[in-house]
Amino acid sequence: MGLLDYFRSTRRGTAAVAKERLQIIVAHERGGRRHSPDYLPALKKDLLDVVRKYVPISQNQVKVHLDRREDYEVLELNITLTDEDQAGHK
Amino acid sequence: MSKVIVVTSGKGGVGKTTTSASFGTGLAQRGHKTVVIDFDVGLRNLDLIMGCERRVVYDFVNVINNESNLHQTLIKDKRVENLYVLPASQTRDKEALTREGVERVLNELRQSFEYIVCDSPAGIERGALMALYFADEALIVTNPEVSSVRDSDRILGILASRSRRAEQGDEPVKEHLVLARYAPDRANRGDMLSVDDVVEILGIPLLGVIPESQSVLQASNAGVPVILDEQSDAGVAYNDLIDRYLGENRPHRFLTVEKKGFFRRLFRN
Ligand SMILES: Nc1ncnc2c1ncn2[C@@H]1O[C@H](COP(=O)(O)OP(=O)(O)OP(=O)(O)O)[C@@H](O)[C@H]1O
Ligand SMILES: [Mg+2]
Repeated sequence: MGLLDYFRSTRRGTAAVAKERLQIIVAHERGGRRHSPDYLPALKKDLLDVVRKYVPISQNQVKVHLDRREDYEVLELNITLTDEDQAGHK
Repeated sequence: MSKVIVVTSGKGGVGKTTTSASFGTGLAQRGHKTVVIDFDVGLRNLDLIMGCERRVVYDFVNVINNESNLHQTLIKDKRVENLYVLPASQTRDKEALTREGVERVLNELRQSFEYIVCDSPAGIERGALMALYFADEALIVTNPEVSSVRDSDRILGILASRSRRAEQGDEPVKEHLVLARYAPDRANRGDMLSVDDVVEILGIPLLGVIPESQSVLQASNAGVPVILDEQSDAGVAYNDLIDRYLGENRPHRFLTVEKKGFFRRLFRN
C-alpha cells in the first residue's frame, strides 16, 4: 500500500499532515525572530545619545539590525555621518 | 497621506502580479489615485496583465537614471480613471534598481498618488528586498500549499527585520494575508490546507481568499485585470477584498462549495 493510499484509507487527508509539518518547520525557522528583541529601540536611542555627545546626528543615521544565522547572531550597528561632520564612515 | 503597499510572497507564480493588477485597479475604480509599479526587473509582466504592453516607452530604470521623467513614463490606464502603471525595465542588470533611486521615485509618486502598489518579483534577493524595503503595508500572497506557506513565513520575517520601518524602529509594516488559488472542495475533502490552517500557521489577518478560477487565465489572455470581470468568482473575490481593505464589512465567500445550480447561475467560472 502506497503512502497516498494510506491517507485515502484513513479519514485524515494529506492536508492534516501538511499542516503539522508546516507548524514544526515554521516554528523552527522563526526561532523567536518574529519578535525582534525588545531592546533594539532602546539600544538605538542610547547609541544616539552617546554619539551625539561628539557629533550632531539625526535618528535615521543610526541603523541597528540583528541577524539570526544558524547558530549565532550578528548585531549590526551602522552609523552614517553626514559630510559636514566628516570623520569618514562608520 | 499616501501608502506604499508591497505585494509579495517569496515563492514564484502564486498570483502576485494578478493580485497587484486587480488591487490597483479596484482602488482606482473607487476613486483613489493609484499607481502600480512592476519591480520585476528583466521579467516585465504587469504591463501584459493590465493590457498596456504596447504603450510602454520608458520604464522604472529610465526614471531612476534620469533618462526620462515620471510624466513621460507613467502609463495612464485606458479603462479606469485614476490608474497608472510604472513598467519594469527589461534590462538584465540586476543592480539597476538602487535604494536611493527607488526612494527618490517613491517620494515623487507620494506627492500625487494615494496608493503606490509594488508588484514584487519572486525570491528573497535584491529585487524582492527592494520592493518591500519602503513598504508601509504588505499583501502576502500565499497558495494553500506547503512551500508557499513556508516562503510566506520567511517573507514575514524579512518584513519584520529588513524593511525600512524595521530598521528605523518605526511602527511595523502592516501585514495582510491574501490566500490565492483556493479550491474549497479540495480543502473540504482534506486534500488541501484550509483557510483556517493557513491563517493559524502564518498568524496574520486574512484580507481575502481568491478561488482557483479559469477566469484568471482568460483575463490575462485578454489583458484585463480579473477584477473587471465582475461576473467571475475571482473578480467578485477581488472586489470584496478591496472593500474589506477600505474598511467595509464583507464576509468571506468561496470558502465552501456552493450549491451547483446557484453557483453556476451567478458566476461563470
Ligand atoms: N486565482 C487563480 N486561479 C487560477 N489561476 C491563477 C490564479 N491566480 C493566478 N493564477 C495563475 O497563476 C500563474 C501565476 O500568476 P502570477 O503571474 O500572478 O503570479 P506571480 O506570483 O506574479 O508570479 P512570479 O513570481 O513569476 O512573478 C498565472 O498563470 C495566473 O494565470
Ligand atoms: Mg509576477
